Amino acid sequence: MNQPASAYFLEERHDPNETHTLSVLVQNEPGVLARVIGLFSGRGYNIDSLTVSETESQKHLSRITIVTTGTPMVIQQIKHQLDRMVPVYRVVDMTLTGNSVERELAMVKVRGTGDHRVEALRLADAFRARVIDATTESFVFEITGNSSKINQFIDLMRPLGLVEVSRTGVAAITRGPEGM
Amino acid sequence: MTDKSHDPNQMTGAAMIVRALIDHGVEHLFGYPGGAVLPIYDEIFQQSEVEHILVRHEQGAGHAAEGYARSTGKPGVVLVTSGPGATNMVTPLTDALMDSIPLVCITGQVPTHLIGNDAFQECDTVGITRPCTKHNWLVRSVDDLAKVLHEAFYVATTGRPGPVVVDVPKDVQFATGTYHPPSKSDVHVSYTPRVKGDENQIRKAVAMLAHAKRPIIYTGGGVINSGPEASTLLRQLVEATGFPITSTLMGLGAYPASGPNWLGMLGMHGTYEANMAMHDCDVMLCVGARFDDRITGRTDAFSPGSKKIHIDIDPSSINKNIRVDVPIIGDAGNVLGDLLHTFKAEARKPDIKAWWQQIAQWRARNSLSYRKNNDIILPQYAIQRLFELTRGKDTYITTEVGQHQMWAAQFYGFEEPHRWMTSGGLGTMGYGLPAAVGVQVAHRDSLVIDIAGDASVQMTIQEMSTAVQYELPIKIFILNNQYMGMVRQWQQLLHGNRLSHSYTEALPDFVKLAEAYGCVGLQAVKPADLDGAIKEMIAIKRPVLFDCRVAALENCFPMIPSGKAHNEMLLPEEATDAATASAFAGGKALV
Repeated sequence: MNQPASAYFLEERHDPNETHTLSVLVQNEPGVLARVIGLFSGRGYNIDSLTVSETESQKHLSRITIVTTGTPMVIQQIKHQLDRMVPVYRVVDMTLTGNSVERELAMVKVRGTGDHRVEALRLADAFRARVIDATTESFVFEITGNSSKINQFIDLMRPLGLVEVSRTGVAAITRGPEGM
Repeated sequence: MTDKSHDPNQMTGAAMIVRALIDHGVEHLFGYPGGAVLPIYDEIFQQSEVEHILVRHEQGAGHAAEGYARSTGKPGVVLVTSGPGATNMVTPLTDALMDSIPLVCITGQVPTHLIGNDAFQECDTVGITRPCTKHNWLVRSVDDLAKVLHEAFYVATTGRPGPVVVDVPKDVQFATGTYHPPSKSDVHVSYTPRVKGDENQIRKAVAMLAHAKRPIIYTGGGVINSGPEASTLLRQLVEATGFPITSTLMGLGAYPASGPNWLGMLGMHGTYEANMAMHDCDVMLCVGARFDDRITGRTDAFSPGSKKIHIDIDPSSINKNIRVDVPIIGDAGNVLGDLLHTFKAEARKPDIKAWWQQIAQWRARNSLSYRKNNDIILPQYAIQRLFELTRGKDTYITTEVGQHQMWAAQFYGFEEPHRWMTSGGLGTMGYGLPAAVGVQVAHRDSLVIDIAGDASVQMTIQEMSTAVQYELPIKIFILNNQYMGMVRQWQQLLHGNRLSHSYTEALPDFVKLAEAYGCVGLQAVKPADLDGAIKEMIAIKRPVLFDCRVAALENCFPMIPSGKAHNEMLLPEEATDAATASAFAGGKALV
């Protein structure tokens, strides 16, 4: 043990990290998102992606989808920490249920002329991306899919004149007839 | 327009706040007035059901409320103004969150139309206190106020208790609305703490306990928080199983220190027998404790050969630091009742004679021993005498934070729960004096002693004035070594004895200071004078500041050093300069 002088035990455990998608059903009230985000920043958890919107306006329910990375113990902590918050109804680990669909939407702006422009359009077609804005020297594509598909599309656009990307983050839902 | 003037539930927001306090059985309120809470203070002035205790600093109000809560089991209630009033509450709120103490803090806020305008004495109270409360609310409409206040009391006191903040803008205090008494529908549907433990898990735990060869029960503040019934059940469980029992700092008193199965406190400054038994046990029953880093030592070497049962009301305490085999989510008292019942029905006391023999050998090391001294008062001796001379009296002990706190935990024997108030999780210097004020408010005729250090006590010493105003005869027993003793101890052990800013160069004359505040000042310098002075302190029915001059360089042992495990403790007789140097060499880390 060669740690510097400290009042604390400084060695970290190095268990392998896992990435999990969590669906969190919350009461839609002022500050609820700040509570969730504050939990992550305050306790040093990762947020890879976060999506939030009201899903049942009658009951004032919002659904937050969080993609996070951590050791299995940390992931379990995150779920428990979320679950004990007063305005949180339920926390479901979509990765553990193993039976969920995840989607993300991205808008991708590409600028170019000539061959690059033709190639961008051809690739967009292959990825089932739609053109939602066009000028003589640019396109905005809308693409939906899982995050890796979107990453792949963006990588392909880079040499063809990628200008900027706007992504929604991941939304997830379980397959089958049952709700959360 | 209908005339509502005859409706008794029509009232201003300020009146609702006082009414809600009364409806929740609040008898005492700790606070400090200011611009944004004046309407509430006006209401307080016009009634006599809730007694307001005026502190000298908002932090004092918070710690007083904590002491009040810990010694009564009821929530502590605080009222402070906006801006600095609220920010001064951040320390006690965090303290209460760490130690699971129910507090309801009402803060004034600038009028709603000024929120966000950087108005005078404005701060983002809910933003600032969000990470240091169990939950908090900004009430923007008087129509929501009654509901929020009732929910606040419910959230603070149920499940794992904790502090809550209700931030009330001044215009909401002035506005008139309809009050309703507390009802179940005031609470978020999403908030459902679990009280009863899972039967199958309890059965699994009983089977494990019944076959244990080297068991140990390790309890914490959760047993205290659950109420006196939990401590009774714990004692019955210890009796029924014959198991040895140790406790965290927060859990002292749940099992009596004079009990035959008591091993003393565990952890960094725990006893040798408690830590060795934790390390070598084969079954560990943890009740209402959270495997905190002061308890476990290095986690990868923590009790390596044991199956662990963990009873906790908060699921996030399970598997946070240490993996356990049988988690049971529920209230400590409730689960202990079921566990005891199942044990009695399905199991017999296992034969653990060999284990007790082993423990007897560890005990024989006498890890709390210290050399006697006839010329200088040793701090351990001072606590021992204080304990002996207050034994059998109706006594409550609070502490500040540091060496004196550890000595108090080691040498003062607690027989009952709710008698020991200390800042465990946050380690807040300055906790003890205001906490003693709060305890004394709740227990007017009891002997309330703040075991203090000369450095800690100065952080909130202004609350002596509160004690004088309300005729609260608290005793502040300062182990005065003229150092921040624990800081100095660590500097000696970890930082080459470079005592950087841990010596207090200009201490006040505590006796004169006491007199200036209208308290009684006492001093003891020689061991021979100590008993007489302590007896005098106890006899005085006024606040006393006791300046107990103790050995300056005494250190706190035993101790788990250097990222080491429980079975690598440094015992007092081994703590020679050379042994200490080698124990801390290379690693140089206290765990």
